[in-house]
Amino acid sequence: MTASPAPALVATGRYAVRTRTRLSTVAAVVAALLVGVLAAVPLFAGRGLVQDLFFVLTMLALAQYWNLLAGFAGLVSVGQQAFVGLGAYVLFWLTISVGLDPVSAVVVSAVVTFVIAVPTAFVVFRLRGAYFAIGTWVVAEVFRLVMAQVKTLGGGTGTSLPREVTNEAAVVTFVADLLDLRAAAARDVAAYWMALVVTVATVVLVYLLLRSRQGLALSAIRDSETAAGSVGVDAFRTKLAVYLLAAFGTGLVGALVYLQKARISPDAAFAVLDWTAYVIFIVVIGGIGTIEGPIVGAIVFFVLQDQLSQFGSWYLMLLGAIAIAAMLFFPRGLWGTFAERFDIHLFPIRRRFVVRPAARPEEASRPVPLTGLKEETP
Amino acid sequence: MTAPLLSVSGLEARYGDFQALFGIDLEVMPGETVAIIGANGAGKSTFLKAVTGLLPARREAIRFAGEAIGGLAAPEVMRRGIAMVPEGRKLFPSLTVEENLLIGGWGRTGSGRWSLDSLYGLFPVLKERRRSPGTALSGGQQQMVAIGRALISNPKLLLCDEISLGLAPVVIRDIYAALPAIKAEGTAIVVVEQDIVKAMEVADRVYCFQEGRMTLAGRPSELTREAIHDAYFGS
Amino acid sequence: MTLVFDILVQGALLGGLYALFAAGLSLIFGVMRLVNLAHGDLIVLAAFLILALTDLAGFDLWFAALLVLPAMFAIGYLLQIGLLDRVLGKDILPPLLMTFGLSIIIQNALLEGFSADSRRLSAGAIETASIPIAPGIAVGVMPLVTFLAAVLVIVALNQVFYRTAVGRAFRAVSDDPTTAQLMGIDNRKLFALAMGLALAVSAIAALFLGIRANFDPTIGPARLIFAFEAVIIGGLGSLWGTLAGGVVLGVAQTLGAAINPEWQILAGHVAFLVVLVVRPRGLFPRAVD
Repeated sequence: MTASPAPALVATGRYAVRTRTRLSTVAAVVAALLVGVLAAVPLFAGRGLVQDLFFVLTMLALAQYWNLLAGFAGLVSVGQQAFVGLGAYVLFWLTISVGLDPVSAVVVSAVVTFVIAVPTAFVVFRLRGAYFAIGTWVVAEVFRLVMAQVKTLGGGTGTSLPREVTNEAAVVTFVADLLDLRAAAARDVAAYWMALVVTVATVVLVYLLLRSRQGLALSAIRDSETAAGSVGVDAFRTKLAVYLLAAFGTGLVGALVYLQKARISPDAAFAVLDWTAYVIFIVVIGGIGTIEGPIVGAIVFFVLQDQLSQFGSWYLMLLGAIAIAAMLFFPRGLWGTFAERFDIHLFPIRRRFVVRPAARPEEASRPVPLTGLKEETP
Repeated sequence: MTAPLLSVSGLEARYGDFQALFGIDLEVMPGETVAIIGANGAGKSTFLKAVTGLLPARREAIRFAGEAIGGLAAPEVMRRGIAMVPEGRKLFPSLTVEENLLIGGWGRTGSGRWSLDSLYGLFPVLKERRRSPGTALSGGQQQMVAIGRALISNPKLLLCDEISLGLAPVVIRDIYAALPAIKAEGTAIVVVEQDIVKAMEVADRVYCFQEGRMTLAGRPSELTREAIHDAYFGS
Repeated sequence: MTLVFDILVQGALLGGLYALFAAGLSLIFGVMRLVNLAHGDLIVLAAFLILALTDLAGFDLWFAALLVLPAMFAIGYLLQIGLLDRVLGKDILPPLLMTFGLSIIIQNALLEGFSADSRRLSAGAIETASIPIAPGIAVGVMPLVTFLAAVLVIVALNQVFYRTAVGRAFRAVSDDPTTAQLMGIDNRKLFALAMGLALAVSAIAALFLGIRANFDPTIGPARLIFAFEAVIIGGLGSLWGTLAGGVVLGVAQTLGAAINPEWQILAGHVAFLVVLVVRPRGLFPRAVD
């Protein structure tokens, strides 16, 4: 902690609190260009690349939400698969039984997941720390076992999306006509574009959230709940809000993923490995508590998965060993270690105290009412 | 000329970026009672933490019985014949009075007068309450348990961190009444105190800390009120 | 009526097995506030070690278990002092993630070593033997022995905790690790001892698990969840509470199974959630928190 500024300085209105940096502005421009390129990928790339990018984007989105929960709100969950599966199953129900079109269904699935997450939160928030983590896992197991009993959605063996949904939905035919593709490939592209929108929105949302007052509250809670409470931060409500937001986002992604897969089963949709272990791996390897970290982690994970998953058990053992090594030697992950070392932040969320030099000598000692101070926003 | 039991030279200590001690030099002779006085935040407790190994320190900055112990882990330090009565007593709530006394002797087999029986002799009220949970006792009784817990290992050096804090004057008197018996065993004692009068009564030598520095050292008889006042509050 | 009684008895005895799962978990959390996500997988590991000794080396089952007990103690001791100790601290994430990684490694190592086939430990005729305790009701000898083993383990652990110097040290470290260090207690070695003890108990749990039911490398996480539910239902801080929690869980599961075999596990989860909502501190929490 640097020493607090002399009272005279505060009174003259010559300080501001700023988060934007030169580098971050450049990074923002580059990121916008990158998103443009990604949006154009289906125009010139094959189906394989589109599917791969879809995987990276959806895992990245899931990782951002898990990171928000664990890295920023201090809520370590090993049960997010509950919301992946829930979002997915509600999507299947909406499209098959209710006849809703896929795009609307994805959004409604997220809303339903959000609603069900409320009583879920009420239950799991009775636990703390590591026991909270296992509690979330139990909830996911309950969802899985209940879904396996719902015969209309396939019970234990699951079900598939019918042709009306996968090949004849409005969005699919629109894409098929636009790019002159067959239905299956068009569905992949449609899902990909939706995933791009969702993931970009997620990253932007998380960034804005952490830069806001709520974000500052989160940091305070994570550091010390009691101290945060003493300055008026309602830890419970803030954590609840983050938990529900993560549930919504995770449900949204889950619905999207299974729309693309078009086939669901309880064991797959509620799998700990795919929706928790891999996600945690991404965040930890990339760098927990940063926004850039999961991006790095998702790319690294994709490469590992692409090259090594053929080795089955040995591959999984390698992932486990890397996670352990990370906890021992690189707890801040690849990006975190890099960023700390070189003090590089592409999505800066730390608030810096900036002092503006006085324009004229007499300004330096003129008193200014404290109500005139503003937080500088770009 | 006997060698000092505890010898501290140029001791510095930090909490993160904040420096709490700036080059402390201090000596405790075998069997001597030394008092450290100073206001809140002067660095007295920090000093004890550094000596006991709870805070890192330079190896050579702290020597005990001829051995450089600075920076060693706390259990390593305490096994060499040092015992502490921590600020706030810090009895173990899950242990009874008797168990609290016994736990002080963990892994340390110093031979000497102090055992469960002799401690009950020193503080008879504890014998009646031996099966109560440690924290069910009054403040003064808890302080007796904390002292007994430290003594049971028959240490060469006893560190007492603010043992009069939060206690009524009558109780403080009873607590300090036990000191002569401890001294009689040849145990060196370091008493960290905010109560200057009490400190001057029991100590052979007095040191004063102020904002991480030692501002005064000497025998109680040699020190004037003004000197103490200036050293305590700073001039 | 006899059906209800039968369910209660079977459920209670099943609770003995769950209490054995939970005892190690409870011990570790009590002493060092660590939740080991690989706890269930370590029980499965012990079961496979016993299997290996009986199948490959031809040892008698009980003798094999006797050998695996100290082996698991050693594994726990080394695991704690070599690996887990480095991440113990205020932050809960590193130990959680490390034990999660460990869980995945153990499961997949067992898969490679033993394949995904279901296995069983054979205890011979005693597996199916039963004792009549009332007209029309018989209890299996093995479930009864399992329950008795759970009781004995809990009695033994309580003896260690409340009657020995080491147990005093466990309780002191659990209360206040910093002041415990000032007593000359080496936390590292003590934690390693506690972990070794917990895994030795897990070896006993593994024996009875393997006799009672089929096991394969992937069933670890489910055992962790049962252990966790037993601890939470019973209430933190008391091993007898954990036994009670196991019994409640066992009865809930047996009741669910009686209604519909597919509902067994779910019924247990529901009972857990109900207790969590209605009595968050568990049924028999310790007075001092």
